[in-house]
Amino acid sequence: MSGSWAIRGVRPLGGEPADLFIDNGELVDEEPAGAEVIDAAGLIALPGLVDLHTHLREPGREDAETVETGTAAAALGGFTAVHAMANTDPVADVAGVVEQVWRLGQDAGHCDVHPVGAVTVGLRGEHLAELGAMADSAARVRIFSDDGHCVHDPLLMRRALEYVRAFDGVIAQHAQDPRLTDGAQMNEGEQSARLGLAGWPAVAEEAVIARDCLLAAHVGGRVHFCHVSTAGSVELIRWAKGKGWNVTAEVTPHHLFLTDDVVSTYDPVFKVNPPLRTAEDVAALRAAVLDGTIDAIATDHAPHALEDKETEWAAAAFGMTGLETALPVVVAALLETGALDDAQLWPLVADRMSSRPAAIGRLSGHGQPLLPGAPANLVLVDPAATWTVDPARGASRGRNTPFAGRTLPARIVATFLRGRPTALDGKVA
Amino acid sequence: MNRHLLSAADLSRDDALLVLDTAEEMAQVADRPIKKLPTLRGRTVVNLFFEDSTRTRTSFELAAKRLSADVINFSAKGSSVSKGESLKDTALTLEAMGADAVVVRHWASGAPHRLAHWIRGSVLNAGDGTHEHPTQALLDAFTMRQRLGRLEGLNVGIVGDVLHSRVARSNVLLLHTLGADVTVVAPPTLLPVGVDAWPCAVSFDLDGVLPKCDVVMMLRVQRERMHGGFFPTTREYSRRYGLDARRLAMLPDDAIVMHPGPMNRGVEIAAEVADGVRSTIVEQVANGVSVRMAVLYLLLGGDLSAGSEDVA
Amino acid sequence: MTPAHASPRLGDTSPGSPRPVSGDPTTARPVLDTADVGRAVTRIAHEIVERNHGADQIVLLGIPTRGVTLARRLVTRIAAVEGTTVPSGSVDVTLYRDDLRLRGVRPLEETDLPPDGIDGRVVVLVDDVLFSGRTVRAALDALSEFGRPRAVQLAVLVDRGHRELPIRADYVGKNIPTSLRETVHVLLTETDGRDGVLLGPADVGRAPAGTEEAR
Repeated sequence: MSGSWAIRGVRPLGGEPADLFIDNGELVDEEPAGAEVIDAAGLIALPGLVDLHTHLREPGREDAETVETGTAAAALGGFTAVHAMANTDPVADVAGVVEQVWRLGQDAGHCDVHPVGAVTVGLRGEHLAELGAMADSAARVRIFSDDGHCVHDPLLMRRALEYVRAFDGVIAQHAQDPRLTDGAQMNEGEQSARLGLAGWPAVAEEAVIARDCLLAAHVGGRVHFCHVSTAGSVELIRWAKGKGWNVTAEVTPHHLFLTDDVVSTYDPVFKVNPPLRTAEDVAALRAAVLDGTIDAIATDHAPHALEDKETEWAAAAFGMTGLETALPVVVAALLETGALDDAQLWPLVADRMSSRPAAIGRLSGHGQPLLPGAPANLVLVDPAATWTVDPARGASRGRNTPFAGRTLPARIVATFLRGRPTALDGKVA
Repeated sequence: MNRHLLSAADLSRDDALLVLDTAEEMAQVADRPIKKLPTLRGRTVVNLFFEDSTRTRTSFELAAKRLSADVINFSAKGSSVSKGESLKDTALTLEAMGADAVVVRHWASGAPHRLAHWIRGSVLNAGDGTHEHPTQALLDAFTMRQRLGRLEGLNVGIVGDVLHSRVARSNVLLLHTLGADVTVVAPPTLLPVGVDAWPCAVSFDLDGVLPKCDVVMMLRVQRERMHGGFFPTTREYSRRYGLDARRLAMLPDDAIVMHPGPMNRGVEIAAEVADGVRSTIVEQVANGVSVRMAVLYLLLGGDLSAGSEDVA
Repeated sequence: MTPAHASPRLGDTSPGSPRPVSGDPTTARPVLDTADVGRAVTRIAHEIVERNHGADQIVLLGIPTRGVTLARRLVTRIAAVEGTTVPSGSVDVTLYRDDLRLRGVRPLEETDLPPDGIDGRVVVLVDDVLFSGRTVRAALDALSEFGRPRAVQLAVLVDRGHRELPIRADYVGKNIPTSLRETVHVLLTETDGRDGVLLGPADVGRAPAGTEEAR
């Protein structure tokens, strides 16, 4: 079980070197007797990462990912909690399914699994699912989303935003107007015109975000926007936050790092929903992470079976894996802005990848400051190490990383979940 | 030239001219009693068609046979492809059969790019989705040069469903490479967002463009677009963007009318225009064979990395 | 795009432009000078007329590039002797070669047959150098598809030996014994600025001349 640890010379949030002590699953003041010692000189300690947006595929597509393999990947990526999206088969739209996923997470033990409940029955956008039952279940669901589908009906969205107020829930909207994106394959712009792929206009995302900001304000509900991908979306969210409305937003590591230029190979590993956008969008998203307009970075880890990706672009599934590359990609993207020094970088990463997502998901045990008394959920990062992404070496069953072959900064050295190592030296512990 | 021909953008100006010059020599074969050359004896060309196109397939087949290649037609209909075999498995099968070239027509943009990723032979894009159709552009350029004697400085209007047209994309790229000035003309709903980045001018007004055109190329309006809400009615489309006798009269005297076929007579082109002396539509078909012979020869004739030293 | 191979050096052999003179002319040794070339062409012209009892039935077809130039000169010489201009043209054998895979793709050169064709005529193929014989073999294949000549004869300025096929020339300007490691450069004023034949070492860094064709 969870032993006791002395992590020596580590730099919490990139600050001055210090010793961290773990005993009985918590951070403690004094070095426990017989603690196992880790020489952490040069390493950074961050609170364990929290993902708001993970597809674990179980139940239904265990060939693509399972709770076991997905959470192992999460541990290797430095995560201590993930939110499992509802688009499984069967859909997580009743208490029974969310409790099943939650228990699978407990059994696997690599990180906490917090199921996301579907907003509507079968993700069909017609009737509200039993949101209250999922909230009251053992899984204690607080985030509801039809992710993969937009809750497009404005009346249904209004009711959902109103209804979840009763248990402090939040609707995580996948903002995509279905009519404007019928058959869409990639960002609509110069590249889609050249490549002859059906365009996915930015306005299809922005129009829904604008509407839902107004709806949330009107009913006093809490809305969260999944995987925001355009400069226009950032502007709208900034405007809504300026009004004091209860709006939060996430961005994926890949939208912070890649542009639609990569689509020119037609390699479906770059096919994702929402699509990769332009360099201007990437710059706006990075700026929004820096100034807090975007609250959280979430992976949208979407593993797929090989046969769903090794195909024509138009026939391929949307989605990329992300758990094992998230932190390094975010570090690379933020460093590219040139706006941060070391002392600013790590507190920002901790905030956007741990504290704020934990707050949005109402997770009390995660995203806490690394202080005595807090649950010992933390990750050790080697900021000086670089590594090359090899999809075959990951724990995820999905091989569809868009970063294959890229050399990234910052390596995850160890992850602790309530004092127990879940990853050590790049291996599942 | 590269090993594959996937996009008209793969061709440099020298490459494109080499294809056209070679096609001129190939055209002579059609006038001979024996319309056959031994050049590609022992090579295997696979026509891999995931979409029906009898004219393009036949044109490639004839071109390959005139060069003495062995030709295998692999059609999506009645083969394992229609039973859900993946493009990759099909590619591996063709690879195992020793295909030296795969001529691929596919409903998905970029499918030839994926195919080129999986096989060693040359891949020729014979039309992919709404992306490109480079040999069509080459035969169009060949036809223009044959009729008008030059390409440099020619004013070419490409009219119609530019958004979904692989012919338009390839022609804009190739004609720009060859020094022609292209204007695409269409209702705004049938132009892609991002067309501003193309090396051509854009207009919504056919009547304004016609008087300066040396070439006007009419694109086919696909039946599904007619009901896709891109324009109010077919009648309104033909009135604003169809080429009829009145508009034909607006063209300069020696201007030519092209169409990649198959035509919708009475929609984008009036019957009397299609059959008129300025129309190159029949020549385009004949030239298609010569141009495809040239491309097959240049891609397959030999190992392109070998030297070209001359020894008698 | 997948640039699997470097582009061929297209500029080297664009249609109508001179073939490159391989080898280093400074180390090449002249074996025929301007006057020698002139005399050889004149003699071949006379021999063609003599062998065929006049020029009535003759068609001269040059193999590009220098064979075409030589054929044109022969037309002029025969006209001076006989007072008639014999039909002439060119036949590009590139598409009939058996060594495309080894030598790589080359731009095609012009095939230009006289308006009356070659049926029933005596076709004299003209080339600058006879070596392995494979070019002539390709030319014979090409001719058989253009028509049915009564007879085919072969005229070359230089025969350097090393035949790989049962082919011989009917008219030879000069027999030059060579080793396989040597190259023969034929220079003609129209393409090279002067007339002459040089014998030089094989090009450094390239395969010995002829070996590509020979295998």
